[in-house]
Amino acid sequence: MVMFTFRRFLQLIPVFFGATLLVYFLVFATPGDPIAALSGGKPMAPAVEAALRAQYNLDQPFWVQYGLYLKNLVTLNLGQTFSGQEVSAVIGRAYPVTARLAVMALAFEAIFGVFFGVIAGLRKGKLFDSTVLVASLVVIAVPTFVLGFVLQLVIGVQLGWAKPTVSGTAPWNQLILPALVLGLVSLAYVIRLTRASISENMNADYVRTATAKGLSRRRVVVVHILRNSLIPVVTFLGADLGGLMGGAIVTEGIFNVPGIGNLLYKAILNGETPTVVAVVGMLVIVFVLANLVVDLLYAWLDPRIRYV
Amino acid sequence: MRYSRTSKALGLAAVLAMSITACGGTSGGGDTAASGDTTKVITANNTEPQNGLLPANTNEVGGGKVMDLLFTGLVSYDVKGAIQNELADSIETKDSKNYTIKIKSGQTFSDGSAITAKTFVDAWNFGAAAKNAQLNSYFFESIKGYDAVSAKDSTVETMEGLKVVDDTTFTVELAQPESDFPLRLGYTAFYPLPESAYKDPKAFGQDPVGNGPYKLAANGWQHNVSIQLVPNEKYSGPRKAKNGGVTFKLYNSPDAAYTDIQSDNLDVLDQVPPSGLQNFKTDFKDRFVNQPYAGNATMVIPSYLPEFSGEAGMLRRQAISMSIDRQQIIDKIFYGNKKPAVDFTSPVLDGYSDSLKGNDALKFDAAKAKDLWAQADKISPWPADKVFTITSNIDGAGNKEYITAMANQIATNLGIKAELNPVATFKEMRNLVGKKALTGGSRAGWQADYPSLYNFLGPLYATGAGSNDGSYTNPAFDAKLKEGLAATSVEAGNKLFNEAQEILLKDLPVIPLWYQAVQGVWSNNVNPVQFGWNGVPLYYEITGK
Repeated sequence: MVMFTFRRFLQLIPVFFGATLLVYFLVFATPGDPIAALSGGKPMAPAVEAALRAQYNLDQPFWVQYGLYLKNLVTLNLGQTFSGQEVSAVIGRAYPVTARLAVMALAFEAIFGVFFGVIAGLRKGKLFDSTVLVASLVVIAVPTFVLGFVLQLVIGVQLGWAKPTVSGTAPWNQLILPALVLGLVSLAYVIRLTRASISENMNADYVRTATAKGLSRRRVVVVHILRNSLIPVVTFLGADLGGLMGGAIVTEGIFNVPGIGNLLYKAILNGETPTVVAVVGMLVIVFVLANLVVDLLYAWLDPRIRYV
Repeated sequence: MRYSRTSKALGLAAVLAMSITACGGTSGGGDTAASGDTTKVITANNTEPQNGLLPANTNEVGGGKVMDLLFTGLVSYDVKGAIQNELADSIETKDSKNYTIKIKSGQTFSDGSAITAKTFVDAWNFGAAAKNAQLNSYFFESIKGYDAVSAKDSTVETMEGLKVVDDTTFTVELAQPESDFPLRLGYTAFYPLPESAYKDPKAFGQDPVGNGPYKLAANGWQHNVSIQLVPNEKYSGPRKAKNGGVTFKLYNSPDAAYTDIQSDNLDVLDQVPPSGLQNFKTDFKDRFVNQPYAGNATMVIPSYLPEFSGEAGMLRRQAISMSIDRQQIIDKIFYGNKKPAVDFTSPVLDGYSDSLKGNDALKFDAAKAKDLWAQADKISPWPADKVFTITSNIDGAGNKEYITAMANQIATNLGIKAELNPVATFKEMRNLVGKKALTGGSRAGWQADYPSLYNFLGPLYATGAGSNDGSYTNPAFDAKLKEGLAATSVEAGNKLFNEAQEILLKDLPVIPLWYQAVQGVWSNNVNPVQFGWNGVPLYYEITGK
């Protein structure tokens, strides 16, 4: 297992460089001129324009630009934004907020999703099950931005139970509403996955055996059915964590959360290559790590799985 | 000063100040505010400044709103856009070319360092020099010697037109007479800088020391989150703070800010988002303004397009202009919150006229439009399957809707094909404009830097001017402008500028659409707020309830 983990870490290296190269190229290839946009349609002295181009290496061909970027990367210099801040500092401020939001959303969908899923699965075909199925279908069908705006208006503006937007320090209690919106769609999927998995495993041989042995219902459900049913759920949650950690552009936008999603969105619009590449590069790492954690969890959930 | 690309630039603004209904009973900020709570910290919406907070490097609204509170120049603008002296004691000229500027003595920055004549000269030289790469450097181009300091790789650091006479006096010599030079001096680019700024301008931009009604609180700029300003007790000008400070909350979208102000979580919002335009007057019954500011929306039709040059081109421009029913678009898409343009400037400016000769060309007349188009076709026929495209970035809310509507009107009224040519981002559109690669019309507009008719004309339509996106050139217009600049009084100048506009009304280098207006609202926690000539609230006047 140590070997397995080590090899997965090694994989990170080519994945990271491949991703940064690709993203760097994509930003390079997007139409538009970030320096011209910086002047906002007002005149700009030619010498000023030339100086700015040189400062961000925008006057160089692609390979030179990327080479210079990599050279700086080795010394852990991620470059500067157009406003002159260190990209590393910008990410350092935004990332904790996104991570907090992601963890809250994940906890929300994992806890409630599995809970409702188990009950629905055990009572298949009953009223509760049908209700949950319909409700989750509705949630899946409604786009996130609709959910976000509606909850913001109802809970934030009309009822006044929570602040409609997140303030600067993004404390836990203000992130509840955005986390709810962020986790809601995945919650529906988790419920459905858990339910399907549970109802399938209820008829498995080992469950019949466990019941025949005279084990309590509680033990049969929690240890035998649930543990075995969680594998697809954990896979889903793991992949979802990677996605959540990538920041949610829509949700962060609605609630004005100063996170990585907002940062990325702005950087893409402005054509701020160093920021985009650094953020995406980091997200690639996060995604790969989240998947590694999922793979390791399999072994714990199902001892039959071994890593070689 | 331009508006942030995702928001205001794109002209969601609107309404007629003229319409009294809007302001009725609500615009009395001045009188009622005096009795309010002067210790309350006001929260206001803003966007993250795009650059470090240096006067000559701040060219967009996000940074501009902060800079105008942190710094003050020789003059500032009052609510109507008239200039009032701040640091200036007097600005004198006999020929509109040589100016003698006297400043008040004993003025200091918030850190206590003195402001002298040399402070201004140094700051302006810094702003103009090529090696400092300041975005606003072109603002100094009128000063004699600018060419030398702004040339690429230039090592010259001082403009010969600027001379310090004594501690409180300096002289400015311009390259040519420009009667509206004193009007410009309230603009961000002309603010003074303390000595400490030059050692490390970048660091200074993150933590500026100014001389305005406010100063930055310790660690006041939390990037992407907030900018916290506290009153500067060393300030003694006309814009003295009447509250306990201003905290700008930085938003990525006006929608989020709008929900905040609906729940009194924000005190002032200077931009109601498109989604709120229909209902804000009922949501904020006596807590809104709806008034024009110095900005307009236009459509550029470049002169480098063969179909739009020469006699036929002129007829086509007039035909397109007259085929657009501006009022209908305003009513249907902006809920009546704008006013159709009848000139190239803005009704808030001194010298504005709504009765210029030839402004019929901006009035809707489908029959006449069709007739003009037919005349143009006789000279050189419009290719049967050619589509008239209107290029616009669609990352700004509201652009897509109004341009599509406009294209439909043009198509219906002229019997040609017309459509929106959408590009994803503002930078992409600026690239097309810069490369002269537009294939038809293009969304444009202007946001005044300082309150003057000339600012709406010179930078946009003079031959070779920096923002002359359509490459328009007409010697008669250039001559009129020059004449206007050389005038010895503002009134005489304005008359000549309006004559210049009458030339534009024939040529239509751009097709004026409507004047921008600001829709601003405030919370239950503050007294009525006044909004200035440029659509920015007078933050320093706001008091708590």
